[in-house]
Amino acid sequence: MSSQEQTQSNAELEIETEIQSERSDRETRADEPVLEVRELDVHYGDERALQPVNADIPEKKVTAIIGPSGCGKSTFLRCVNRMNDQIDVCSVGGELYFHGKNVYDDDVDPVALRRKIGQVFQRPNPFPKSIYDNVAYGLRIQGKTDDLDTRVERALRRAALWSEVEDRLDESALDLSGGQQQRLCIARAIAPDPEVLLMDEPASALDPIATAKVEDLIEDLAENYTVVIVTHNMQQAARISDKTAVFLTGGELVEFDDTTTIFENPANQAVEDYITGKFG
Amino acid sequence: MSTDTDPSQGFADEIVRKDNAENRRVRRGLFGCAAITVLTTVAIFVVLIDNAFGFFFDVRLYEATLQGGATQQITFTEYFTGARWAPSHSTPDFGILPLINGTLMVTVGAAFVSIPIGTATAIYLSEYARPEVRSKLKPALEVLAGVPTIVYGFFAISFITPIFIRPFFELFGVRASFFNALAAIIVVGIMTIPMVASISEDAMQAVPDDLRNGAYALGASRHEVSMGVVLPASISGVFASYILAISRAIGETMAVTLAMGAQPRMSLSPLVEMMTMTSFMVSRARGESAVGSIDYQSLFAVGLTLFVMTLAANLLNDYIKRRYREVYQ
Repeated sequence: MSSQEQTQSNAELEIETEIQSERSDRETRADEPVLEVRELDVHYGDERALQPVNADIPEKKVTAIIGPSGCGKSTFLRCVNRMNDQIDVCSVGGELYFHGKNVYDDDVDPVALRRKIGQVFQRPNPFPKSIYDNVAYGLRIQGKTDDLDTRVERALRRAALWSEVEDRLDESALDLSGGQQQRLCIARAIAPDPEVLLMDEPASALDPIATAKVEDLIEDLAENYTVVIVTHNMQQAARISDKTAVFLTGGELVEFDDTTTIFENPANQAVEDYITGKFG
Repeated sequence: MSTDTDPSQGFADEIVRKDNAENRRVRRGLFGCAAITVLTTVAIFVVLIDNAFGFFFDVRLYEATLQGGATQQITFTEYFTGARWAPSHSTPDFGILPLINGTLMVTVGAAFVSIPIGTATAIYLSEYARPEVRSKLKPALEVLAGVPTIVYGFFAISFITPIFIRPFFELFGVRASFFNALAAIIVVGIMTIPMVASISEDAMQAVPDDLRNGAYALGASRHEVSMGVVLPASISGVFASYILAISRAIGETMAVTLAMGAQPRMSLSPLVEMMTMTSFMVSRARGESAVGSIDYQSLFAVGLTLFVMTLAANLLNDYIKRRYREVYQ
């Protein structure tokens, strides 16, 4: 074994131990939710987009957010990584704790927050760069440039895209199909290893085959990440999520419980009507 | 057969094309207007070629065609490589290099002013400025583009040269000429900033917000989004604005004539008086040289050279637009 290989395997060992200790850290506070939402409400100008929301989002689980169009699902999602900061007229009240720290505290840097909480958008939005550079973008701006090739490959493998692109990493990402672009965006979001992954209807612009691939992927991702996914597809929510939050018109979180409870025995009549298709 | 109108016949009549005379007249009128532009361009090109031919050969192009021959009086080698331009001197020389030297000096120098400032302005307006700031700044910028160029010339000789350039270089014991290339570079640079800023900003605004959000969600700062995502994504439009600004600087006339003077000179010093192709044409077009004289015809040779240069810039612009345009879904 050459010394170089030895150093490498040592490094791998270190990473392994690190991951393990991190895991046991996380396991000891397994009951603690990663995100605690307290009386969070949102206004766009004078218009209220979200009624006060309370919810605890568990770690390394898939939490689905369902509800009719315009019910505040995406607005809620954007609160978590403070993407609403980009919208001038948007004002957020209440608290949202990430590992016990309110992300709306004055001393929180949204740029640093977004490095912990990644997001995948409704429409695939790859940068007009090569496939490789797309995945490497987040790693580069976050300074995680050691072993860049390995990290890019790992992200693409996790996103189930590696075998389709491994021999054309230098080609423009815009030449990929829509489904491939969306998986590329997922790879881009998970490459820097965020803790939480927000997904805003990630499969709504995709055909059924690509959708199935993305759904499989989301279930796999929950082994390593906390996933919060907005979807207007109830079957999808039932298939992939552990917990489900139901928002109804007016931006109100009506019910939040285990997915099986929501779909089989909801407490709220309006939720049952919505689930069974009597609503709207 | 009855004379009653058949209802189905009436319905068919409605959808049959009618011979519409008014439609045709409007169509011809509109075509005529469009044709005027094209014909004018063709006419200008023909006059330029014809007279420029007369400059290089002893007869005009149409005469040469009729007579079937011409003798060359000024060689292309002399014209394109000669370093002295003195068309009306008692010992005339027709080397265009000093004029090209003047033109390139202004063009390249002005690009060094307008490209960085214009691009930075565009990034500020598109990515940093709040909407209310942008809504005031952008029209102000476009007013700058509407100032007549002769006013810029006055600005150069009444402000930039006496108050800024000359006292500044005096500090180092260097004497700047009253007419100098630097003043022209500065005013032409300022003059073309709005063009770079405005067109680049339009290109940046056309970048979908989805891309910005994608980068912000990865923890990119505003600076990283501007430089790493928006600028590369809008590069074809940004380059197009550079080329347009450059071709505007090549053809710029009144400001450089006033600021830079009228002394054809081979020099790389920005502090001396020089002459551009356009300034030469202004000085010669005042009607002092006899029609048909070689002095007069040199005007057309220079004009044709200028025409080819700006045409090349425009073709390059088209090429870059097509080559670097990204198609978003």
